[in-house]
Amino acid sequence: MTRVLKHLWDSTGMLLVFVGLFVGTSVFVPNFFSWVNMQGLSLSVATVGIIACTMLFCLASGDFDLSVGSVVAMTGVLTAVVINASGSVLLGVVAGVCAGGLVGVVNGIAIAQLGINALIATLATMQIVRGLGFIFSKGVAVGVSQPNFYLLGNSSLGGIPTPVWIMIGCFLVFGLVLNKTTFGRNTLAIGGNREAARLAGIAVPRSKITIFALQGLIAGLAGVVLASRMTSGQPNTAQGLELQVISACVLGGVSLTGGVGTMTGVIVGVLIMGTVENAMNLLNVPTFYQYLPRGGILLVAVLLDRLKQRPRA
Amino acid sequence: MTPPYLQFESLVKAFPGVRALDHVSFGVAAGSIHALIGENGAGKSTLLKILSGVYRPDDGRVRLGGEPRLFGSTAAAIAAGIAVIYQELHLVPELSVAENLFLGHLHQRCGWVLRRRLLEAARRQLLELGEDFDPSTKVGRLSIGQRQMVEIAKALARGAKVIAFDEPTSSLSHREVEQLFATVRRLKGQGRVLLYVSHRMEEISELCDAVTVLRDGRHVETLTSLTGVTHDRLVERMVGRPMSDLFRYTPRPHGPPALEVEGLEGPGLTAPASFVVAQGEIVGVFGLVGAGRTELLKLIYGATRATRGRVQVHGRLLVGHGPRAAIRRGLMLCPEDRKAEGLIPTRSVLENLNLSGRRHFSRLGLIIDERRERRSAQAQVDRLEIRTPALAEPVLHLSGGNQQKVILGRWLSEDIRVLLMDEPTRGIDVGAKSEIYGLIYELARQGFGVLVVSSELPEVLGICDRILVMRHGRIVAALPRSGATEERLLKLALPASGGAAGNGGDSVKNDNRNMAV
Repeated sequence: MTRVLKHLWDSTGMLLVFVGLFVGTSVFVPNFFSWVNMQGLSLSVATVGIIACTMLFCLASGDFDLSVGSVVAMTGVLTAVVINASGSVLLGVVAGVCAGGLVGVVNGIAIAQLGINALIATLATMQIVRGLGFIFSKGVAVGVSQPNFYLLGNSSLGGIPTPVWIMIGCFLVFGLVLNKTTFGRNTLAIGGNREAARLAGIAVPRSKITIFALQGLIAGLAGVVLASRMTSGQPNTAQGLELQVISACVLGGVSLTGGVGTMTGVIVGVLIMGTVENAMNLLNVPTFYQYLPRGGILLVAVLLDRLKQRPRA
Repeated sequence: MTPPYLQFESLVKAFPGVRALDHVSFGVAAGSIHALIGENGAGKSTLLKILSGVYRPDDGRVRLGGEPRLFGSTAAAIAAGIAVIYQELHLVPELSVAENLFLGHLHQRCGWVLRRRLLEAARRQLLELGEDFDPSTKVGRLSIGQRQMVEIAKALARGAKVIAFDEPTSSLSHREVEQLFATVRRLKGQGRVLLYVSHRMEEISELCDAVTVLRDGRHVETLTSLTGVTHDRLVERMVGRPMSDLFRYTPRPHGPPALEVEGLEGPGLTAPASFVVAQGEIVGVFGLVGAGRTELLKLIYGATRATRGRVQVHGRLLVGHGPRAAIRRGLMLCPEDRKAEGLIPTRSVLENLNLSGRRHFSRLGLIIDERRERRSAQAQVDRLEIRTPALAEPVLHLSGGNQQKVILGRWLSEDIRVLLMDEPTRGIDVGAKSEIYGLIYELARQGFGVLVVSSELPEVLGICDRILVMRHGRIVAALPRSGATEERLLKLALPASGGAAGNGGDSVKNDNRNMAV
């Protein structure tokens, strides 16, 4: 019996926490459980949610990527600059996404081929890319003159905002990739034991570069979508985003040492973060105080995870 | 007669699904070396963990000098004079020997470390063990044997009365084993209580005065004298069935070459290596730890890059580098350190079994066919009799023998022709050993070429058709089975100048002939 309960907790623990939280806020926070608020909530987590999909791969393979926040800002700026210069929305979007991918490839090569620690490598690119964002924009927000571009972030389909559809699409695609493809399984194997994976014939450097390239591409996509929502590329945006994304993943039970992680976990982590922020806003908690519960929740989540992993003694 | 200093009384400890200890009682006298033997899962580790305060027993108690003592924490056990020297040593490699010795209670005044007094105390402590290396050396630069001495000195520095050794010799050379034995005997002379856990029968008959056998969490017997007790008898008691012959060697016909190595050079080798393994042949590689055996296997496999030389599998040249190329040509490696190099501990049995082969189960090289994947894994579990509650069980929870089978099973779904095995039975109990040997024979009969690295003489002599001996990074001899004896192998493997060590090595192993036959 205890074993059954334990198994239930192992597989659905954070999901139960989220359901409890959701029901609780629905009952106690006025205006929370309404269609309009749900739209707002989902839109507010879209950027974090999209990037968390590939951050899951980075963490599962035993690395992480601190440069995503800067990539979001830089690609947004670049997209705006390219659209204004060329008059083509498509060209701007492609340029933004590809620039993100390029940063990812650089990260991947630095980490997998040159053997630089992921913390250092992405800390470096984080600053370099942030700097590029300022250079491209000359330090000020770059407004986009083509209204077509605004559609990406501000339209909706069937009552659900387009960025949320993009997030849902990312959840589905990357969930599938993690569980059903050799690439996804190899990612978890590399994080679980890099040397064993290598000796079993898995191409470790190639997989890592792919993981970081994907992370860059998706961060670039998120940057473009965010710029579209704001109708401008802003070099100052998304500061600290990388830590929010990693927090969401950890909330969802992804191990920082690699080898453990599920997409459902990440989705739950993203939703828990979004729900708490949303509830605090509805309750008019002053901004300064909102930081405290955010950090507190992360601590509690990691603690729960540790309890779960305690040996069966 | 006074009662034994250390007494276990009716200890019970259960984990979900297992009774790790079931009313185990026995006593260990002061001034004697008491062996504790049993297969993996017999309850030895659980017993040590109760002794050292890691676990609390569900029932029963431990008595020290007649007083019932139970330790709520490892710190309490240490304070009561109990030390356990584990297989994996618990030292900080970046700190000096002296700092490690007195970790937690350094000589200090107002928070400042008194370096001179610290080093002096450390030197005295080491001298007590007959060691005279510099206590300011970083532990990371010591040999495994020296680190073990530091661990023992640390126990003594904390005033340990009871010292338990958990398979202390598994990574020591013969010479280091001799030094360890001398130290253990010295501790015995000081009247300490010594508990010695080991898989190696020959060590027990050489070193120990008494023995306790555990099986499936139960106490089987305690013998207070080992005179006239044969290894076979002990093994029988451990396994619970007669072990007429562990190795069951039968000759096989050999075919054309399976693996040809020509002039291979690279890190860890001091001379080019050349040899051939025929199809159906089992070739052993014997040598001391550090003789370049593991390095040789890794060079053949491409896990480290060779600077020169050729490797051919079934007459086809191995082109390119790295494990991927080797696997494509039909080479496989069972690495020495299963946990560090063989398994993905966090993942399931299924995923570990399919780690390499799952690319064959994917459609368009992309989406994995989960039914085929499960079927393949289940087939390996059935064929190798891997004991696991489920395919989804984390591989971490399996016993050593079953983990080794998972690694072997990984390769049987690939098109493999040559097996490279590094210490295939290290840390595996006798029952699982004989199953692994059976599997090696079966694969050899099917025409596999097998290269087995082992530091266990009985194993090399017991299962191999031919034996290569390595010393200082080179192959110094190749002996046919008929021409190989323990004396010859040891003489070839030991450094030429080390005559004394050679004798020591002989005496370590000269009791195990009845096991090797």
